[in-house]
Amino acid sequence: MSAVLRQIGREKLLAAGLIVLCSLALLGLLGPLVISLAEIGSTRARLAPDAAHLLGTDTQGRDVLAALVMALPQTLKVGLLAGLLGLGVGGLLGLLAGYLRGLADVVIRTTADVVMAIPAIAVLVLVATNVRTMTVGMMALIVAGLAWMYPTRAIRAQTLSLREQSYVDVARLNGIGGLRLVMTELLPNLAPYFAASFVTAVSNAMLATVGLEALGLGPQNQLTLGMMLYWAQYYGAVLRGMWWWWVPPVAAIAAIFIGLLAVSAGMDRLLNARARHDG
Amino acid sequence: MAGYIVRRFALMLLVVFLAITINFLLPRAMPGDPVELQLEQLSAGGGQIGDLQATAAAFRARLGLDQPLWRQYLTYLGRVARLDLGVSVAHYPERVSDEIRAGLPWTIGLLGIATLISFGIGTLLGGLLAWPRSGRLVRLIGVPAIMLSAVPYFILGIVLLSLFAITWPVFPVAGAYPFSYFPQADWRTVALIAWHGVLPALSIVLASIGTWAIAMRGMVVGVLGEDYIMLARAKGLGPRRVFFAYGLRNALLPQVTQLALTLSHVVSGAILVEVIFAYPGIGYRLYQAIQAKDVFVIQGIVLLLSVSIAVTTFLLDLLYPLIDPRIRTHR
Repeated sequence: MSAVLRQIGREKLLAAGLIVLCSLALLGLLGPLVISLAEIGSTRARLAPDAAHLLGTDTQGRDVLAALVMALPQTLKVGLLAGLLGLGVGGLLGLLAGYLRGLADVVIRTTADVVMAIPAIAVLVLVATNVRTMTVGMMALIVAGLAWMYPTRAIRAQTLSLREQSYVDVARLNGIGGLRLVMTELLPNLAPYFAASFVTAVSNAMLATVGLEALGLGPQNQLTLGMMLYWAQYYGAVLRGMWWWWVPPVAAIAAIFIGLLAVSAGMDRLLNARARHDG
Repeated sequence: MAGYIVRRFALMLLVVFLAITINFLLPRAMPGDPVELQLEQLSAGGGQIGDLQATAAAFRARLGLDQPLWRQYLTYLGRVARLDLGVSVAHYPERVSDEIRAGLPWTIGLLGIATLISFGIGTLLGGLLAWPRSGRLVRLIGVPAIMLSAVPYFILGIVLLSLFAITWPVFPVAGAYPFSYFPQADWRTVALIAWHGVLPALSIVLASIGTWAIAMRGMVVGVLGEDYIMLARAKGLGPRRVFFAYGLRNALLPQVTQLALTLSHVVSGAILVEVIFAYPGIGYRLYQAIQAKDVFVIQGIVLLLSVSIAVTTFLLDLLYPLIDPRIRTHR
C-alpha cells in the first residue's frame, strides 16, 4: 500500500489531479458544517458579493455559495454512482468476453460497438424527456446505461492478453479452473486497468450528466452544478452581468474535468511505466 | 476489401435500425397514457365536453394507438422511410421535418467549419508536441490546449460569451444574424453570418484542439521511432522536410479514424454550444422543444442525430482504405 502511495507521489500529474478532486469532495462534505444552508432562499435577490454573502445571491434570493456547497456533492455523487455502475457492468462483460472468447465475445463486442455508435446524448434526451420526475439517483442510472462500453473494451483487451501469460497457464495446469482462476490470477492483475477505466467512466458519465442538465433535463427539485448552470442560463445571468452566479459552477465543473483528465493521464503514465518495467 | 465494406455497412444498418426502434419503443415503454394525460390536463382547465373515455378512444384511433404494437411499429417504419416525422405540437401545424430542415444548414455549417479548423490546428500542434526540436512556445500553447479539451464545449462558450460579448462587446450575443435582418444572397449577409459565428465556432475549436493534439502526438511519437525517419535523416534531408513529409504525413491517417470515433462526442458538444449562443441550429431547436415539451420535435431531432452520425461514421470508414493503401491490400 505504501509502495502504491509512493508511486502516486512520484507521478506529479496523478497527484495533482487527485488533490484537486479530493479538495472539491472535501468542500462538498465539510462545507455544510461551516456554511449555513438555511441561507438558501432567505435573503434578498440579485445581491453582488459582499461580506454577508461571499458569492452574492441569485434571482430567487438563494445564497450562491450555499447553493454551490449543496450542489457539489450531488454532482460528484452522480458521477461516482454512474461510473461505478458502468465499471461494474462493463468490467464484468469485458472479463466475460475476454475470458470466454468465441460467441460470447462476438455478441458482447458487437453490442458495445453498436451502442457506442449511437450518440449518447440522443438516447439520454429521449429517456430523460420521458421520465416523470428526475432525481439524482435516476440520473446516475440513465447515464450509466451508456457508460459501460469503454470499460468493456479496455478490460476485454487486457483479459485477452493476460490469459496468454505463462503464470495463467501454470495455474490452469495445476487444475485451477473457471471462477477461481479469474478471481486469483486475472482480477488482481486487472486491478490497475479497472482503476483507469473507472476514471474514464466517471469522466464520461459526468460529461453526459452536465450536458443533460444544461438542456434542462436534470433533476428539477435537486441542486447540482449542472442545474445551477441551467438556472443561471435560464435567467440570463451572463447577459445581465451577474458573474457571481455563473462563474462558481463553471469554475467547479472545469476544475472537476481538469482534475479527472490529470488523474487519467497520470494513471496512463503509471501503467505504461509498469508495462515497460515488467516487459 | 469487400468484406470490410460489407461489415461496416452491416454495422451502420444495425445502428440505424436500433436507433429507430429505440425511438419507437422508449416513449411507449414509459408508464402513463399520453392521450389520457393530455385530456385530463385539458378537462382540468374546464374544457370538458361529453364522455372523456370516448374522446380518449377516438383520439387513440385517430393516432393509431389502438392498433397492436407490431402494426404501429410497421406504420412507424414506413413513415420514417418517407421522412414523415409528424407535426410540431408547439408550432402546430409545422412539420417536424421542416423544422429540422430549417436548422440543419446552420448546425452543419458551424460544426463543419469549426471541426475543420480545430482538426487542422490540433493535428499540427500534436505533431509539433511530439517533435523534439520544437521550441518552448509549442509547449506553452500545448498545455492549456490539452487542459481546455477536458472542459465541456458549452462551459467554454459561457466564458467566451461573457468576455467577448458582454464585458468587451466585440461580437454579437446571440443568433446567426441580426434579429431585424432578413438574410439575402449577398456578401453583407455572408459577413454578418461569419461575424455571428465567431464565438460559437471558437468555443468548439478551443475545446477540441487538445483532443486532436493528444491523439496526433501519440501517433507522431510512434512514427518518429521508425527506421525510415532515421534513413531520411541520414540522407541529409532538412528537419522541416523530415517532419512534414515523413513524420506528419504518415501519422495523419489514423487521425481520420479518430475523427470517426469522436464524431458523436463533437456533435453532442456542439448542440450545447448552440444553446448558449441561441444559434438557430438543431441543438437550439432541441433545447426549445424540450422547454415546450414538444415530443415529436424531440424524437425527430434525436432520430436525425443517431442516423446522421451512423451514416457519417460509415462514410469515414469508407474513406479510410482509400487513403491508406495498407488496409486495401491486407483485407
